[in-house]
Amino acid sequence: MARLTPENEQLAREIIGRYPRPKSALIPLLHLAQEQDGYVAEDAMEHLAELVDVTPAEVLGTCSFYEMFKREPVGRYVVNVCTNIACQIMGGEELLAHAEDTLGVKAGGTTPDGMFTLEDVECIAACTEAPCLQVNYRYEHRISHEGFDALVD
Amino acid sequence: MAVTDAPRIITSRFGHDDAHTIERYEATHGYEGLRAALQKRPDEVLEEVKTASLLGRGGAGFPAGVKWGFCPPGVWPRYLVVNGDESEPGTYKDRLLMERDPHQLIEGVLIACYAIGCAQAFLYVRGEMAVAQERIAAALNEAYAKGYVGKGILGTDFSVDIVLHWGAGAYIVGEETALIESLEGNRGMPRLKPPFFPAAKGLYLQPTVVNNVETLANLPWILREGGAAFAALGAENSKGTRMFAVSGHVRNPGVYEVEFGVTTFRDLLYAPVYGGGIRDGNALKAFIPGGASAPWFYEEHLDLPLEKAAVDKAGSMLGSGAIVVMDETTDMVRAALRVVRFFARESCGKCTPCREGTSWLEKILERILDGHGRTSDLDLLLDVCDNISPGIAWPPKQTTICPLGPSAVSPIASAVTRFRDEFEARLGGGPVPVT
Ligand SMILES: NC(=O)C1=CN([C@@H]2O[C@H](COP(=O)(O)OP(=O)(O)OC[C@H]3O[C@@H](n4cnc5c(N)ncnc54)[C@H](O)[C@@H]3O)[C@@H](O)[C@H]2O)C=CC1
Ligand SMILES: Cc1cc2nc3c(=O)[nH]c(=O)nc-3n(C[C@H](O)[C@H](O)[C@H](O)COP(=O)(O)O)c2cc1C
Ligand code: SF4
Ligand code: FES
Repeated sequence: MARLTPENEQLAREIIGRYPRPKSALIPLLHLAQEQDGYVAEDAMEHLAELVDVTPAEVLGTCSFYEMFKREPVGRYVVNVCTNIACQIMGGEELLAHAEDTLGVKAGGTTPDGMFTLEDVECIAACTEAPCLQVNYRYEHRISHEGFDALVD
Repeated sequence: MAVTDAPRIITSRFGHDDAHTIERYEATHGYEGLRAALQKRPDEVLEEVKTASLLGRGGAGFPAGVKWGFCPPGVWPRYLVVNGDESEPGTYKDRLLMERDPHQLIEGVLIACYAIGCAQAFLYVRGEMAVAQERIAAALNEAYAKGYVGKGILGTDFSVDIVLHWGAGAYIVGEETALIESLEGNRGMPRLKPPFFPAAKGLYLQPTVVNNVETLANLPWILREGGAAFAALGAENSKGTRMFAVSGHVRNPGVYEVEFGVTTFRDLLYAPVYGGGIRDGNALKAFIPGGASAPWFYEEHLDLPLEKAAVDKAGSMLGSGAIVVMDETTDMVRAALRVVRFFARESCGKCTPCREGTSWLEKILERILDGHGRTSDLDLLLDVCDNISPGIAWPPKQTTICPLGPSAVSPIASAVTRFRDEFEARLGGGPVPVT
């Protein structure tokens, strides 16, 4: 919904100043917009376009390429379960199925109370700790089904 | 000889919980390599790194010193870009180096900048690695405050600015030209190379050296102890040590720094101080020797040394030091599908054989797994593979801009060739032999 707040706009200008060319700051700025609103809003993208001097379509082009940028609101906790090869063979797919049952949403969905968004993700570089997941990009290692229940409680 | 007495070069501080702080770092030889470098001329530092024969640790194993030397003379500015995008399935080492010992990486960056002649470096950390980003940000603040980074470093006229940058989730951005596109604020799609490698035309089309985190983390030790001491470790063509992540069905999954080139896969999988053998006394079925892109290895490859040339010759690669171990209970059709699905999801879509081919491979494997496979499907799989990577050879013949497309072919070619019976049993809809 929103453009950047004055404080965030100030921060954005500071970030832009770190780079030889303004557009290089775009990914950190999209993160900033997402932190502000919980997702990357249309108005925020237009604001970023002004700040780095490109078209809004270019901002959208970059934004839509990257997995972490959400253009719709997500849950308070984003739970990313890894099912890639090292996790799969250690029970990652079963863990995801258990998470779907427990939270009552399929991977990609958000619980109706807006608490959890569940995702089926690719390797998150914790393979020797399989099966693993992240909650808001913080790691949980060697997660059992009971461990998962305790976590979401 | 399962375990050599090689020193730990890059994980030496992992025993300390506070290794990420500047106090601990300075108390454990921190920034001594930088001081040693600043006593020399930049070309002498480059020579030291060439003497060390430090191979790139990002997967392709290109010698770091040689790459630095490819920057065209007299063209400025030059940039150093640190590849901290670690996302090859099975790979788990750069995140540890960034979280546990960020100053070591920063010191490595400074040494490289001095040798190459860069006044600005970008540290590109994978978006999903929140702790690594925080630790590096904190370490950079400490290093700026102490005069290790910034203007007039340690009282010399050498100045470097290091910018922490972070991604937003896209495997392909680990490919160096895609990383550069991403750092320019664009969609992370690879550029065609050759004609120009980043060393000649990279960020903003200026000379740019892209190096992996682990590669740079070796530099403080090399400058402190000397390139010759580094080259005394390892084998003829693989010097020093390397970090390997051993995951999957071993008793002790873990990340181990071992002497490069002399330790064997058997040592790493079975020695009690490393993998400790296959879990539950099961038999080994297959292992991925160097990340999801690598063709699979089997029992008969166990005695190969962890050495680039030997592994290349045997038809696979050491890649990013990611070893995934599968025991006899592993369902190979499921495993192959999971790896292929990864490449299908992560294809950037720029080249037709990769964009279309990888999703076709995924669809065909899915229907085989669901019991709807047709008898012609195995040949069809190989035919699609052949379209992505003609001849299904290793190293692959490339019809695509980057190696991602051909990477999807490796697991299929391995699984279908070696475990054809498991696939065929699925086609008939019968029970699956997992032996
Ligand atoms: N660490 C990870 O997460 C992942 C690693 N990989 C690895 O990446 C590897 C492929 O990477 P690429 O960059 O495509 O390999 P490459 O062989 O094209 O390049 C390796 C390095 O050497 C440089 N180089 C090569 N020839 C050069 C020349 N003539 N002039 C100047 N510089 C030159 C390149 O710029 C690059 O930095 C694979 O072997 C795979 O193991 C792949 C996926 C993920
Ligand atoms: C699809 C793809 C993904 C890659 N991902 C990474 C990565 O995450 N980290 C990395 O260091 N290199 C990665 N590489 C290799 C880089 O292109 C490049 O070779 C490397 O960063 C050079 O550093 P080095 O010479 O120090 O190894 C990838 C290559 C490809 C083709
Ligand atoms: S091979 Fe695939 S990932 Fe690489 S550039 Fe082509 S489409 Fe993109
Ligand atoms: S495969 Fe799950 S973290 Fe690497």
